[in-house]
Amino acid sequence: MSAISTSANAVFERVRHVEKERYAAFVALAILTVVSSFLSPFFLQWQNLLNILRQVSYTGIIGLGMTFVIVSGGIDLSVGSMAAFVASLAILALNALVKAGYSPDLAVAVSVVCSVLAGVVCGFANGFLITKGRIAPFIVTLGTMALFRSLSLYMADAGEFQSAAALFGAVGSAVLLRIPVPVLVMIALAAGLAFLLTRTRYGRYVRAVGSNARVARYSAIDVDSTRLVAYALNGLMVGVSAILIAMRFNSVGSSTLGVNYELDAIAAVIIGGTSMAGGRGTVWGSVVGAITLGVINNMLNMVGISPYLQGTVKGLVIIGAVFIQRQRQ
Amino acid sequence: MRPGMTTPFIRVRALRKEFAGNAVLRDVDAEIRRAEILGLIGENGAGKSTFMKILAGIYEPTSGSMEFEGEKVAFGSPADARRGGVSIVPQEFNLAPDLTVEENVFLGAELRLRAGTLDRARMRARTAELLSELGANVSPQHRIHGLSAAQKQLVEVAKALAFDARLLILDEPTTMLTRREIDRLFAVMRTLRSRGMALVYVSHKLAEVKAICDRVLILKDGELVREAPIEGLEPPEMARCMVGRELREIYPPKRKTPGQVVLEVRGLSSPGAFADVSFSVREGEILGLAGLVGAGRTEVAEALMSLRPSTGTVRLGGTDAKARDPAHAVQRGFGYLSEDRQGSGVLTAMGVAENMTIVSLERYCTLPYVVDRDKEQAQARTWRERFGIKAKDLNAVLESLSGGNQQKVSLAKTLDPGPRVVIVDEPTRGVDVAAKQEIYRFLAELAARKAALLLISSELEEIIGMCDRVVVMREGRVAGELEGRAVGEHEIMYLATGLQGVSA
Repeated sequence: MSAISTSANAVFERVRHVEKERYAAFVALAILTVVSSFLSPFFLQWQNLLNILRQVSYTGIIGLGMTFVIVSGGIDLSVGSMAAFVASLAILALNALVKAGYSPDLAVAVSVVCSVLAGVVCGFANGFLITKGRIAPFIVTLGTMALFRSLSLYMADAGEFQSAAALFGAVGSAVLLRIPVPVLVMIALAAGLAFLLTRTRYGRYVRAVGSNARVARYSAIDVDSTRLVAYALNGLMVGVSAILIAMRFNSVGSSTLGVNYELDAIAAVIIGGTSMAGGRGTVWGSVVGAITLGVINNMLNMVGISPYLQGTVKGLVIIGAVFIQRQRQ
Repeated sequence: MRPGMTTPFIRVRALRKEFAGNAVLRDVDAEIRRAEILGLIGENGAGKSTFMKILAGIYEPTSGSMEFEGEKVAFGSPADARRGGVSIVPQEFNLAPDLTVEENVFLGAELRLRAGTLDRARMRARTAELLSELGANVSPQHRIHGLSAAQKQLVEVAKALAFDARLLILDEPTTMLTRREIDRLFAVMRTLRSRGMALVYVSHKLAEVKAICDRVLILKDGELVREAPIEGLEPPEMARCMVGRELREIYPPKRKTPGQVVLEVRGLSSPGAFADVSFSVREGEILGLAGLVGAGRTEVAEALMSLRPSTGTVRLGGTDAKARDPAHAVQRGFGYLSEDRQGSGVLTAMGVAENMTIVSLERYCTLPYVVDRDKEQAQARTWRERFGIKAKDLNAVLESLSGGNQQKVSLAKTLDPGPRVVIVDEPTRGVDVAAKQEIYRFLAELAARKAALLLISSELEEIIGMCDRVVVMREGRVAGELEGRAVGEHEIMYLATGLQGVSA
């Protein structure tokens, strides 16, 4: 009972202390939504909105993990390649089990676990090289970005892995309460991770390490472990996202899956108001950032602007978002 | 006759500065003369830095005027002020660590050859000339990175002088310096004065103001409460003007009944920092750890906190207390207040409550990892009341607090885990007289509650005022220990420098 009252209190606290930079992203998204609804009568249709949400959920989920990495003062460029790599492993496991005559249910379950675990291991490897190897995050993940992609291409001979279980693809297209599963997964994970970042000891340490690692060390915080866990957590999110994409297509394209996801995930985090310098940021902001990118793409499609120009708009929005945040500070 | 001979060098009239309608400087009338060192003193928030920043062109006054040699001026920017002959040596050094001394001295105003490329030869020669005038033993090609605080300071002064400054403002220039370095800086200041330069010396250290200044301006709550020659104006009187209180009341009475030995350090060594350091601290005792900057005092504290590797024995209450890592040290009962408040003490971007509980956060977790914010806020309120911390609320970020209040938060953070051994490193650096007095009182209270305290300080007055027993370090070793009546400036300086008759 007291747990309920404290969490209610927490909500009030949160509402009272929302900083301007935090709801800037929400306001921008709201304005964008209104504009879009005028530009196209189809925009506000339930199906269209759900499509947007589904499209952004894959990079959105990665953006959740990326938020922790960036708030802790790091960066992870390897997420897109990592997604291709762990999805390849997962689908290989799936097919091996199906071939060996195990039930599809079990095979799908194992492939999910496989993807998530492989993601954690890959993220941990990044974190280990960064903290114990004392190499800059940018360098380490630039390296593993090339490495993970190359491994996936090698495994698939640059081609595609088809899933051998129809159930696998069915899960990817499943809808629960009229909402696509990946969207529900993103929202559930966002709620959990927002709690982790704002209400737990670990979340506090992530912010402390990101705002000043030296102060954190002098405050008896285990800086390396805090960072390492952030990368592993990010890997976990990549694992979740990767398996959902693989399910969606019922296959894994070794050269196409996850391409440019690192940019979209980082962009979502930045648009969401998280500081690239570390120390400040919110999980929900990153969700809003991901949706904002999706709405922009959708709007451009509807008004018939060349898909080749969408990158231009995305780029301008990222730069504009950071510029506006700077002005507010 | 030149106009400069009859009119004062600089005159400010009814200078006023408001921030959002809040007056921080109230109609100040004052003058600065040629060839004088003018002391500018006042508590934090009294308006010293605002006054200084207006002179240096960083702020524009809300109203009022400034005259240079009888002519009205209005500096729009620091560069403007520099062209007008006003240079400032800031408290926090404004040097690019990866650039060389000469590159820093001419940063933003590089000398060029006709082709537009840098005239390195001339800049190097000019820098070398300035440095030798200042008696700084630094090469123009040295990177800022490896310089001591005193050397950086002289580079800042050289930078100011490179632009033919006629007014040089020094903001708290001695906080990072040793006694000997301060003497050298004072000698430099006197030389500059003898050349006709006006110097404004901003400081909290009243004894130094008395020693170096010709006149003093005392600000209180944004008003000029006193403008007087230094003759006949003693530090206690200055303090009274600033805060309405006598200086000698600043140190709480010493207690004379220390108990059992709590902390025992034997043969502690850390390669490259210090060797074979032994001392003990009793329950309820404040042991001073004195020495020059670089003598290894901070490093000893860091070794005790396991922030740097070391060998030797550390015993706390009779049991081994050599910690594996900082968290282990905290668990064993050590608390450390860092000398570098902004760099390793407080999280400036985080809130008051969050800072206070960052070391002891485990205690505020209900489920193993979930922070109980009510409990945290309640404890933070207790600290705020106990230390009289002035903050908008408990979620206010630390960068919005004054130095003294930040220091109190840092102290609360150190004490929150309830340490048995409290190591405070330069606890009053950059803090005004009132906050200083409060901090001394808290430390004395802690000792009264049976904690064992280790006070590291470069201010001899502070060591002498607070400690019964002092361990003095020199070049990484314990040079000696003083107790009771033997604790005096000359005795400490003798041990710290190894030289007889060094004035303190």
